[in-house]
Amino acid sequence: MKGKLILEDGASYTGELLNNINATGEVVFNTSMVGYQESLTDPSYCRQILTLTYPIVGNYGVADIFMQSRKCFVGGFVIGELCEKGSNWHYENSLADFLTKQGVPCLYNVDTRAVTRHIRAAGTMKGIIVPDDASQTEMDELMARPIKKEVVMEVTTPKPYDIDVEGETGKKPYHVVALDYGVKYNILKSMHDMGIKLTVVPADTSAEDVLALQPDGIFLSNGPGDPADVPEQIEVVKTLVEEGTRQRGIPMFGICLGHQLLCRALGADTYKLKFGHRGCNQPVKRLADGRVHISSQNHGFAVDEKSLSGLPIEVTHINVNDGTVEGIRHTELPIFSVQYHPEAAPGPNDNMYLFDEFMSLMEKKGE
Amino acid sequence: MPKKANLKKVMVIGSGPIIIGQAAEFDYAGSQACRALKEEGLEVVLVNSNPATIMTDTHIADRVYIEPLTPEFLEEIISKERPDGLLATLGGQAGLNLAVQLAEKGVLDKFEVELLGTPLKAIEKAEDRELFKETMQKLGEPIPESTIVEDVPSAVNFANEIGYPVIVRPAYTMGGTGGGIADNEEELIDIVIKGLNYSMIGQVLIERSVAGWKEIEYEVMRDGHDNCITVCNMENFDPVGVHTGDSIVVAPSQTLTDHEYQMLRAASLRIIRELGIEGGCNAQYALDPNSNKYYVIEVNPRVSRSSALASKATGYPIAKVSAKIAIGYTLDEITNAVTQKTKACFEPALDYCVVKFPRWPFDKFVYADHTLGTQMKATGEVMSIDRTFEGAILKAARSLEIGVHRLHMDKMDAWDDARVKKALARINDERIFVICEALRRGIATVDEIHDITKIDKWFINKLKNITDVENVLAREPLTPSLMLQAKNIGLADVSIAEITGKTADEIRTTRKSQGIVPCYKMVDTCAAEFEAATPYYYSTFHAAEDEVKVNKARKVVVLGSGPIRIGQGVEFDYCSVHSVWALREQGIEAIIINNNPETVSTDFDISDRLYFEPLTTEDVLNVIDKEQPDGVIVQFGGQTAINLASSLAKAGVKIFGTSVDDIDRAEDRERFDEVLTQTHIPRPRGTSVTSLDEAVKGAADIGYPVMVRPSYVLGGRAMEIVYNESELRDYMSRAVKVTPDHPVLVDRYMEGTEVEVDAISDGIDCVIPGIMEHVERAGVHSGDSIAVYPPQTLSAKVIYTIIDYTKRLAVALHVKGLMNIQFVVVDGEVYIIEVNPRSSRTVPFLSKVTNVQMVDIATRIAMGENLKGMGFRSGLVPPRPYVAVKAPVFSFAKMQDVDIALSPEMKSTGEVMGIDYHYARALYKAIIGSGIHVPTHGCILFTVADKDKEEMKQLAKAFADLDFKIAATAGTAKAIKEMGIDVTTVGKVHERSSDIIQMIKNGQINMVINTLTQGQHSQKDGFKIRRATVEHGIACLTSLDTAWEVMRVLSFMRERRLVYSLAIQDYVGGGDEMA
Repeated sequence: MKGKLILEDGASYTGELLNNINATGEVVFNTSMVGYQESLTDPSYCRQILTLTYPIVGNYGVADIFMQSRKCFVGGFVIGELCEKGSNWHYENSLADFLTKQGVPCLYNVDTRAVTRHIRAAGTMKGIIVPDDASQTEMDELMARPIKKEVVMEVTTPKPYDIDVEGETGKKPYHVVALDYGVKYNILKSMHDMGIKLTVVPADTSAEDVLALQPDGIFLSNGPGDPADVPEQIEVVKTLVEEGTRQRGIPMFGICLGHQLLCRALGADTYKLKFGHRGCNQPVKRLADGRVHISSQNHGFAVDEKSLSGLPIEVTHINVNDGTVEGIRHTELPIFSVQYHPEAAPGPNDNMYLFDEFMSLMEKKGE
Repeated sequence: MPKKANLKKVMVIGSGPIIIGQAAEFDYAGSQACRALKEEGLEVVLVNSNPATIMTDTHIADRVYIEPLTPEFLEEIISKERPDGLLATLGGQAGLNLAVQLAEKGVLDKFEVELLGTPLKAIEKAEDRELFKETMQKLGEPIPESTIVEDVPSAVNFANEIGYPVIVRPAYTMGGTGGGIADNEEELIDIVIKGLNYSMIGQVLIERSVAGWKEIEYEVMRDGHDNCITVCNMENFDPVGVHTGDSIVVAPSQTLTDHEYQMLRAASLRIIRELGIEGGCNAQYALDPNSNKYYVIEVNPRVSRSSALASKATGYPIAKVSAKIAIGYTLDEITNAVTQKTKACFEPALDYCVVKFPRWPFDKFVYADHTLGTQMKATGEVMSIDRTFEGAILKAARSLEIGVHRLHMDKMDAWDDARVKKALARINDERIFVICEALRRGIATVDEIHDITKIDKWFINKLKNITDVENVLAREPLTPSLMLQAKNIGLADVSIAEITGKTADEIRTTRKSQGIVPCYKMVDTCAAEFEAATPYYYSTFHAAEDEVKVNKARKVVVLGSGPIRIGQGVEFDYCSVHSVWALREQGIEAIIINNNPETVSTDFDISDRLYFEPLTTEDVLNVIDKEQPDGVIVQFGGQTAINLASSLAKAGVKIFGTSVDDIDRAEDRERFDEVLTQTHIPRPRGTSVTSLDEAVKGAADIGYPVMVRPSYVLGGRAMEIVYNESELRDYMSRAVKVTPDHPVLVDRYMEGTEVEVDAISDGIDCVIPGIMEHVERAGVHSGDSIAVYPPQTLSAKVIYTIIDYTKRLAVALHVKGLMNIQFVVVDGEVYIIEVNPRSSRTVPFLSKVTNVQMVDIATRIAMGENLKGMGFRSGLVPPRPYVAVKAPVFSFAKMQDVDIALSPEMKSTGEVMGIDYHYARALYKAIIGSGIHVPTHGCILFTVADKDKEEMKQLAKAFADLDFKIAATAGTAKAIKEMGIDVTTVGKVHERSSDIIQMIKNGQINMVINTLTQGQHSQKDGFKIRRATVEHGIACLTSLDTAWEVMRVLSFMRERRLVYSLAIQDYVGGGDEMA
């Protein structure tokens, strides 16, 4: 069935519609060449219409182990070729089947490069996916739908849960409480693989409840949306900084939305990027030694460097392409955060060292 | 980090002649590097023996030395130029090996030359098998169980331990020379003996074979600050077992999950860091298709063929960035030349699919073994880009110029199903065509084909998508929606026409009326994330938006020459690039269309716009429809471009330069005869025959020996010289199928001196920059002959006649641009053999040695200027006071079962030049540069045909006078004895007692002089002897003319200083004449 993607400014792109479901959402593009399932299940894309620039998608099918959260949170999926017959030893199901089961509206056989070029020039904007024969009224109504802002609560875990360290290590493992604003499983797995015991708590957990768990470290996860839209969470982070880190010395580490919430909690501003950074090839420079690492990124907002003056925040990492802030640390407290995704999945694992740094902060605290 | 402050002058080593495994990619890499260094204000000294390259142009480097790539010559040049640094990682394996030798000999230390880029230690760690193994073990990177052996018994023992099959790889070679997969002991022994011979250090590696696994490559960059990125990964369509140079390759990988992709990417970064490479590097892996298990197969610590491919596939200039890293920059300091906004420190994102398809020389070497294995056999490759794999693979197929326009070979139509099925198991150049044939017929399922071939099902399913559409086309009426489907899958108009029984013109007209035309998309390194400044485009039917902004400027399309193959090498790329430069200098926009990723012409900043497209009528017309250029230049793209001229003209496209009709007058035998009659120029007598009887009668009339060839190429051994009726009968039955539709041409074979001329004409005047005399008499293909500029033996009268005939032909054929003429001179009489109204193989050579910018002038003429207006006078440009010798280079070591004897069929893959004020030294340089191992003493074996015995006697005496021992087969020995020379008689091949082959193997013979003997039995013997010389790396001269020159060189070597070099700039500028 024919369908189309229509952007807020009237630009229209035709394709084939996989599931006859309409969608309204912010249209963003990702330039990764692999890892479509990881992106589809990355909660940070919640309600967004995700366009992939790589034109052949579905080549290796889907498999349970690549899930980054409990389900697909994207609002829509716009791609070139939807590869029918995937091939890989991990293959469990076809991408098309998966999208159908997950109820994702997917427009394929689209000139996604054209979409990307448009967004690059005009900036990220709202768009809708509709069947070709949708009436004007229907389209107007869809386009008029506001983009939902309270997405963090939609993706966070409904209940706290623990991820224990299996087996006897002899040593008591460090215990990290992860605030789940839409955490990707590979973040949790990365820490778990280091022998960390995790308690994942819902985004609306109070600072008191977090501290009651007596964590060795606090982790602020990635997640969808504008950090300015979740002031309650920023308040929680503020309290955690003061009562957790300053008073009890508990190290804190934030990724992506977690990084933005932390910076806002410390008094910084965030702003919306023209079309964001989404892909697996973003170069990040570590200012301490000038080393550049390639990173996986997925963010539409960034911390405003100008707003940092006078705050106890030091910029530790910048983006080589556009100079935006990619990482910070607190000048007095064991707190640091990055805008990008050291856990990869999808993307390069050049930045796993950040988890080691979190670990060594916890070790220092223990001494 | 800023650039190294101590550097003022840098020397770059090129890769030498084109051979299998080392082709034009290093001209591309080297040229890019030289430009990058000059950009930094450095003085660049370039050494390369290959005159056909762009990199040896005097404006690419400040000092250009076209000299043999040997440590002796390099040392001489270093002592003369005293460079501060040496860049050797861009000259392929040849350049790398030389750098290692120079370092080991202490030359670099002696002259205080810093090895730039990847340090020597890193090179050794990657290249030395044992060190590499240790390094990988230290890193915990898995490599297949292996051992290094220096003798056969150790190899056998190890193989028995780990079990067959095993792979044999010689140390320090490229293109897998001397390697192979052994399934049993017998095969193992055979391969190990050869491998030990080829290895520079007499070592081979025996390792577990992981044939059938996925083969994946990564191109990695690292700077001196330890920043690492991967430029591109690539997946081989052909699983492990086929050399990557012989594999169909896609970029990026298609069947890898993110996890697998990152796992191997991370391994690549670990490896490049541990090795300490500074610049580009290539890592190859075998990945288990059924688990996360992988092995590191190979690491190349340098820019490679794959780097060139990755550069073109992504737009990321690996060679340029490597050069900048070598002089001290870090990746984040280097600007991404494509976006000009971002830095070189990022990883390209592709939003298209790239396919590389190898081009094999089996059309020339019909009898060669077509089996593909660990030893590379391709001479070149094509690349294609599309938004789908189907589109890209079909574009690649029609770029190959092997007589196919889709994945279908006509000859397989006649195969029965059983034969097709059986052929699936053969790993050769036709495998993908067989797979498609099986899918098309529905006689094997995707699963069955996968089981037999181990090719990933993803690829096979994609091929099936194509054959499914073909089958629908064959069954159903061609509705607009089916037309769209066919174009979307990537089928060419001519393919749709073939299947539906229409003409390509009809299909084109119909689909255009239906609005089915391609869109053009940009290659921008970043999947459109950033705006790009580079005009590098590909077509696709799978898109809605076209990105080319067409302007109204004066513009011209220059057609490239496609893949490197025997007969059409890097020379034509040199010509295309120069034509582009000439146009741009005239203020005309130059648009290039080409499909060869190895070349300079497909570098993104050579032309105003680059279309990476197949060179077929449809693909070129599509670009022309889009761009609306003033016209097209076809004379620089070799036969590839010339072949397109008439169909383009028919479609109403203006062809600049010599007209299509005049091209035809030169190429069509009958029309050309008219031209010759008109201009009173003689040619060897000849006739065209349509039956055996006619051939016998015709040949008798003309008189033996005669040159015979089919008027069209059957695919067989096309051209031969026959000396009598029985040989003629043999040829007619064996090599050609003569019918009234397919006549055979019989020409008098004139045993004389062959002379070649390249000329430039505007149709009125005609400038001849130089005349080249061939060392080998007529009968050896001009591309395989040693050519000498200026002529050494021709009389003034002959030269005058040649000038006169050339002018007459230029006027008669209304040549507007370049022409190449071959003459034969017999007893002072000049006859014409053929005229090519286009640029030739010798144009770069002649341009360089005469300093006449032939392509530039020809381009301006094509665009309407005339010679007078440019200040030229008709006639021969006065010869220079030095001599330049062009010698052919062969790749016989890579091609088993190929006869190395020189013949009218071209066999060489590349060329070198020797230049000097002394003829003999120029010749010496050419011969040494071409890789012939000229012995200074020892035993020379003579075994020649009866017709050559008289001449051979004199030659044997000359060698004996130089204190060589002489050995010969019985008949030959008898003749030599008559001269009063001591000669050892050796038994023929089948006489077991003192077998020639055995003597060659034992090292008792240092050079062989052998001429072709007709007759089944002696032919076989001769073949065995010649192959034995190749396998054991000793010189074998199959033309007495070459032998005479080698003798002269040997005699010269005893009297004169051999190593002397001068930059081209000094030669053409008339500098140092003291030798």
